[in-house]
Amino acid sequence: MIAQPAPKQEVLARRDAIVAGLRRLLPESGVIAEPIRLRPYETDGLAAYRQPPLAVALPETTEQVAAVLRFLHEEGVRIIPRGAGTSLSGGALPMADAVVVGLMRLNRILAIDYADRCATVQAGVTNIGITQAVQGTGFFYAPDPSSQLACMIGGNVGMNSGGAHCLRYGVTANNLLGLKIVTVSGEIIDIGGAHLDAAGYDWLGLLTGSEGQLAVVTEVTVRILRGPEGARAMLAAFRANEVAGACVDAIISSGIIPVALEFMDRPAIHACEAFAHAGYPLDAEAMLIIEVEGSPAEQDFLLSRIREICERHDPISLKVSQSAEESAAIWKGRKGAFGAVGRISPDYLCMDGTIPTGRLPEVLRRIGEMSERYGLKVANIFHAGDGNLHPLIMFDANDPDSFARAERFGADVLRLCVEVGGCLTGEHGVGVEKRDLMDAQFTPTDLAQQRRIKDAFDPLWLLNPSKVFPLVETLKQAA
Amino acid sequence: MQTSFTAEQLRDPAIAASNQVLRTCVHCGFCTATCPTFVLLGDELDSPRGRIYLIKDMLESGRPATGDVARHVDRCLSCLSCMTTCPSGVHYMHLVDHARTVIEETFRRPWHDRMLRALLAAVLPYPGRMRAALAAARLGRPFAALVPGSTTLGRRLRAMLALAPRGQMPRSTLDGVRTHPAEGTRRARVALLAGCAQRVLDPGINDATIRLLTRLGVEVVVARGAGCCGALTHHMGRHAPAMASARANIDAWTREIEGDGLDAIVVNTSGCGTTLKDYGFMFRTGEAALRERAERVASLVADISEFLVRIGYAPTREPPGLTVAYHAACSLQHGQRVTEAPKLLLRKAGFRVVEPAEGHLCCGSAGTYNLLQPEIATRLRDRKLQNIRTTAPDLIAAGNIGCLTQLAGGGLPTVHTVALLDWMAGGPAPAGLKPAPPATGTR
Repeated sequence: MIAQPAPKQEVLARRDAIVAGLRRLLPESGVIAEPIRLRPYETDGLAAYRQPPLAVALPETTEQVAAVLRFLHEEGVRIIPRGAGTSLSGGALPMADAVVVGLMRLNRILAIDYADRCATVQAGVTNIGITQAVQGTGFFYAPDPSSQLACMIGGNVGMNSGGAHCLRYGVTANNLLGLKIVTVSGEIIDIGGAHLDAAGYDWLGLLTGSEGQLAVVTEVTVRILRGPEGARAMLAAFRANEVAGACVDAIISSGIIPVALEFMDRPAIHACEAFAHAGYPLDAEAMLIIEVEGSPAEQDFLLSRIREICERHDPISLKVSQSAEESAAIWKGRKGAFGAVGRISPDYLCMDGTIPTGRLPEVLRRIGEMSERYGLKVANIFHAGDGNLHPLIMFDANDPDSFARAERFGADVLRLCVEVGGCLTGEHGVGVEKRDLMDAQFTPTDLAQQRRIKDAFDPLWLLNPSKVFPLVETLKQAA
Repeated sequence: MQTSFTAEQLRDPAIAASNQVLRTCVHCGFCTATCPTFVLLGDELDSPRGRIYLIKDMLESGRPATGDVARHVDRCLSCLSCMTTCPSGVHYMHLVDHARTVIEETFRRPWHDRMLRALLAAVLPYPGRMRAALAAARLGRPFAALVPGSTTLGRRLRAMLALAPRGQMPRSTLDGVRTHPAEGTRRARVALLAGCAQRVLDPGINDATIRLLTRLGVEVVVARGAGCCGALTHHMGRHAPAMASARANIDAWTREIEGDGLDAIVVNTSGCGTTLKDYGFMFRTGEAALRERAERVASLVADISEFLVRIGYAPTREPPGLTVAYHAACSLQHGQRVTEAPKLLLRKAGFRVVEPAEGHLCCGSAGTYNLLQPEIATRLRDRKLQNIRTTAPDLIAAGNIGCLTQLAGGGLPTVHTVALLDWMAGGPAPAGLKPAPPATGTR
C-alpha cells in the first residue's frame, strides 16, 4: 500500500462544520458524507489503492466549483478533483481529510464552431462525447484514450492523455485551444480561447498534464478535425514479442507514420478476442494493429509498403480489414483490452512507461524475464508506434504477497524504461502510482524547481497534494 | 477486484456466486458512461461501478441493508446496458438480483413503499387481478391531477393512473390454455409464454404471434400451468414467489417437452425472455433433476424475433411505405443480446427502419420502475421520445410491452414488432395504423 501524508487532525475534527458548509453551497444531492456512501469514492481505475475521503462535493456549474474551492481553501481543506474516476495511476485517490470535488455533473456541450473547427465543452463531458457531438457533420476529436467511452475531458487535460491515434494526431496538449479554470482560492480564469497560440506564456502547456495540482478545469475548448476519407486496419501476427517489436521499429524508421500502430501479446489477444470477437490471430505470440487512413489510393500505397516490411519479419499472418464492422470490432477489442484482462486475472497493475522504439525488442525481452523472476504473468498491450508501453502485471489482490511482488515488478519495469532513455509515464500521469519513482527520472534540483511551480499556484498544497512528487518533499511543503 | 469474504460466508452459494462476479470486476469505469442513471444524475453512487461497490460492502459486512444502499440499488433499472459495455464480462444482473433479495430480506421500507410493492407483486403477475385493477385505474384517471402532494407516494399514484389505458380495454380472440394447430404441414411445435401483464395491456400481441406462427406452419401451445415468468417479483427482490412462478413454468413446459415435444419456447415480451433464459442459474443449487429441467427449459427459450429468423419469415403484402423507429428494448439488446433479428425482419417485411440516437439507453419502463421511480423514468422517457422524433418516423416498434406502454402517448403509434410482421404477412392492421395494403401473394 502506498504511503499517504498524515491527515490534518484539525480538519477531521471540523468534519461536521465542513460538510454543513458544503451543503450551504450545493443542492442536497451534491454533498455526500455518509460513510457507506463515501466508500464507492475511495478509489478510481487503480483499485489497489483505496482511501475514503472526508466528503464528496458534486457541483453543477463553474460558479459552484469556485464557491466550493473558495470555502475549502478558507477552511484549509485538501481537495481531490475527480472526473470519471478512470485514472490508472490513482490520480483521483482521495485522502482521509480531503473533499473529492467531482466534475461529472458539468456534462454539457457549450458551443460547436465548425467554421473555425473548435468545440467548447464542460469538463465532465466524456472524451467520446465530443466526437459523438460532431461526427454527424464529419468531424472528430482526435486524442482517443482507450477509456474514451467513459473518461472525461477535464481528466484528459489533467493527465495530458494520449491514445492509439495520437501517433498521427498528437496528444491532448496538441489538440487544446483554451481552458476555463478555477484556482484553489476560487478565482475563475480563462486561458487561451478559440484561436491558436495565446499571447504571453504558454499557460495551456503548463496546465495540461498538471494532474489537478495547479487548478480545477471546468471548461475546455478543443480543436475538432474533419474525419479522413477512409481508414483501414491491418492485423499482423508474429511468432515472438521481440519480432513484433523489431517490426514496429522497422515501420517507424522507414519514415511511415501510420495513424495507429498497436501491439498486443498472446494473453492480451486471447482476452480481447473473448470480448470483441474481432478475428484476432489466436495462434500468434504477438500481434500488431496497424491503421492507415486517407483516400483509397493512399491507403493501398501505405498498406503495401507496410506489408513489405512485415513480410521481412516472418509473419504468421497478415490480414486487412474488409469492412467498417470488422474495423470497429478490431478497435473494440483494443480499446476494451485493459478491462478484458479482468477475464484472465482478478487484478492488474497497468504500467505506462515510454521508451525509444529502437529499444522495443530488448525491453520486451527483459520484461519477460522479470515476469518469470517475480512469478507473475504479464499481458502487453500498448501504443507501439510511440514506444508507449502498457505491460499489465497480473496479480490477485486477495493475496497480499502477490500484490507486493506486483508493485516491485512494476517499479522495475519503469526503472528499465528510464534506463534505456525513456520516461515513467506516457499518458496516464504520475498520480500516486509512480510518485516515489520520480527521483529515478529527475535530480533533486529538477524536482525542487518543479515544486516551486506548485507553490506559486497553491502555496498551501491543498490541490491533489499527495501525487506526482515523492511524499517526503510534499510533507515538508505541507507542514 | 479485492474481496474480503470469510470462508464461512463463502459457504452460502449466493455469496459465492456474487464473490465470483466481484472478482471479475477490475473497476475500470467503462460501465458508468452507458448507465442511464449515471448519465442523468452524475453520481458514482448511481452508476453500476458505484452500486457494485455498495453491494460489495453490504455483502462483506453481513450487516442489514441501509436506506442509503436501498436507495441507490432501487434506482438501478436493471437495463443491463453495463453488461453490454463491460469488457471484463462482469455478470451485473446476478449481482444486483442478489442484492435486491438481501435488501428485501433485511431492510424495512417506509409503509407506503411496502404497500405499493406488495400491491404490485399481488396484482401484476395475475391477469384477472390486473384487468380489474386497470378498469379501476381507468375510472380514477380523470382524478390524477387531484392526487395531492409532491411526496413519493403522490408522484407514484399519479404515475400509476397515467399508465391506465385510455380507450376500451381490448379482449383477446385467441387467449387461454389450448393448442393452436399449424396451417398446412407442421414444421415445428412451440410453447408460447402467454405472460401476465402483457395479455391484459395488449392481448393483440399474443394473437398476432399465434396467427403468424400457425400461418408459418408452427403448432403453438399455451401450456396449462404456465404463467408469469417470475421477473416482476424477482426484480423486487421477492425470491420465494419468483422461484414459485419459475417452478410452475418449468413443470408445465417439461410436461410438453416430455409429451408431444417442443422445438422452442417462444417469448414475445423480452423482459420475460431474459428471466426465462436465466432459469438454469436460478435453480443451480437445487436438486439435480430440477436443475436439469430448468436448464433444458432455458435452452429452448427464444425471443419471437430469434425464432422467426430461424424458421424464415416472408411478407405477403406490398411494402406499406412506413418508416419505423426501432426501439431496442434493454432486455432484448442487453439482457439477451438480440440486436439484429428484429431490424432484419422489419426490413424484410417492407418497412424502412431507422435507429434513434442513444439506442443503448433505457426508456425508463424497466418492469415496475416507472411506477416506483417515476421521476427518473419520466426523464428517460422524454429523452428517448426526443431521440425518436428526430428520426421522423411514422411509428415506433419494440419487442417489449413495458417499452410500448412507456412510449405510448408521445404522439406516435407504438406497435409490437410481431404485430407489424403479422400485418405484412396477412394479419389485420395493428390498432392505430392505416388499413393494410392489398395482399399480393408471397413477394
